[in-house]
Amino acid sequence: MPQNIPVVEKILSANDKLAQENLARIDAAGIFAINIMASPGAGKTSLIERTVRALSPKYRIGMINGDIATSLDADRAAAAGAVAVQINTGGNCHLDAVQLQSALDQLDLSSLDLLIVENIGNLICPAEFKLGTHKNVIVASIPEGDDKPHKYPSMYRGADVLILNKIDLLPYVPFRMEFFSQGVAALNPGVTQFNLSCTTGEGLDAWLGWIDGQIKK
Amino acid sequence: MIAMHELAVTESILEIALRHAAAQNATRITDLYLVIGQWSSIVDDSVQFYWDTLSDGTIAKGATLHFERIPTELLCLDCGKTYQPDSRDLLCPDCHSTRLKVLKGEEFRLDSIEIET
Ligand SMILES: Nc1nc2c(ncn2[C@@H]2O[C@H](COP(=O)(O)OP(=O)(O)OP(=O)(O)O)[C@@H](O)[C@H]2O)c(=O)[nH]1
Ligand SMILES: [Mg+2]
Ligand SMILES: [Zn+2]
Repeated sequence: MPQNIPVVEKILSANDKLAQENLARIDAAGIFAINIMASPGAGKTSLIERTVRALSPKYRIGMINGDIATSLDADRAAAAGAVAVQINTGGNCHLDAVQLQSALDQLDLSSLDLLIVENIGNLICPAEFKLGTHKNVIVASIPEGDDKPHKYPSMYRGADVLILNKIDLLPYVPFRMEFFSQGVAALNPGVTQFNLSCTTGEGLDAWLGWIDGQIKK
Repeated sequence: MIAMHELAVTESILEIALRHAAAQNATRITDLYLVIGQWSSIVDDSVQFYWDTLSDGTIAKGATLHFERIPTELLCLDCGKTYQPDSRDLLCPDCHSTRLKVLKGEEFRLDSIEIET
């Protein structure tokens, strides 16, 4: 006998559940963890290098990278002073909670204060897959254009922190700050925003101060 | 790039459907009703493609996937207008406010399944 049964379950509920388990592990180790998402080339690794350089004298920092083909970004983070783990994503377009779990297995969590995950360069998919970090950080950059919040709403919806990188390029690239800000305000009015340049270092202190305030002392 | 994303999504859909069907001692799953908001990044055709492979050998083999696509709907908190954003920007078309509430468009769930017992 055919019969219709209600399910009403979020499609990625299994991933969400595992993300919660990851978060519990991270919390138990007393670590503050962030998930950095952005389009390719926005400056995720540059931001991580800057952050690790500035904070590694004070904190022990782990970095997890999900690059598709190389370990270049993990190597850059390691050179800056982080314990870096490269996870093989097999050509995936986002990291998921399973991959974070296996990366956590490769780290000595009890020896870390801060964990930085560099997600795969993609403005669409990563937002749907929770990992189990405390905060989602999205990096936008001036050369990408001012219309990105309007065009990629789901990414901006899920962010706790928005970094607007490459402000050193403002004199050279047309970028309507007001239009960008309108999109952000529409999608995520409470988001914490830092405008900065990883190249010149301008604006970095405010971001570093924010992270410092989040790390469990 | 996109296709791998739908593989993970399709695996998840199958897992949920099989779990609910087993709880009812179903012998077959014939239909799945999915509700997908416009702002959720999934492509129906790719899910269908993976579905045919993944469901093979399960009681969901050959089941029909029904996609209900929900257009994005925003509410302007300043003038009360409800609207679907156009392709240029998200702002309220009447008063250009950015104080908005997302009413619809972020759905991403399996609503129900049709089974035989
Ligand atoms: N002008 C300028 N260039 C920057 C800035 N930050 C990063 N870049 C440059 O942007 C390019 C990409 O930077 P990455 O840090 O590798 O970007 P990413 O987001 O990690 O890139 P993928 O991991 O490949 O997606 C590099 O050439 C950087 O030197 C900045 O603030 N200003
Ligand atoms: Mg990088
Ligand atoms: Zn209005």
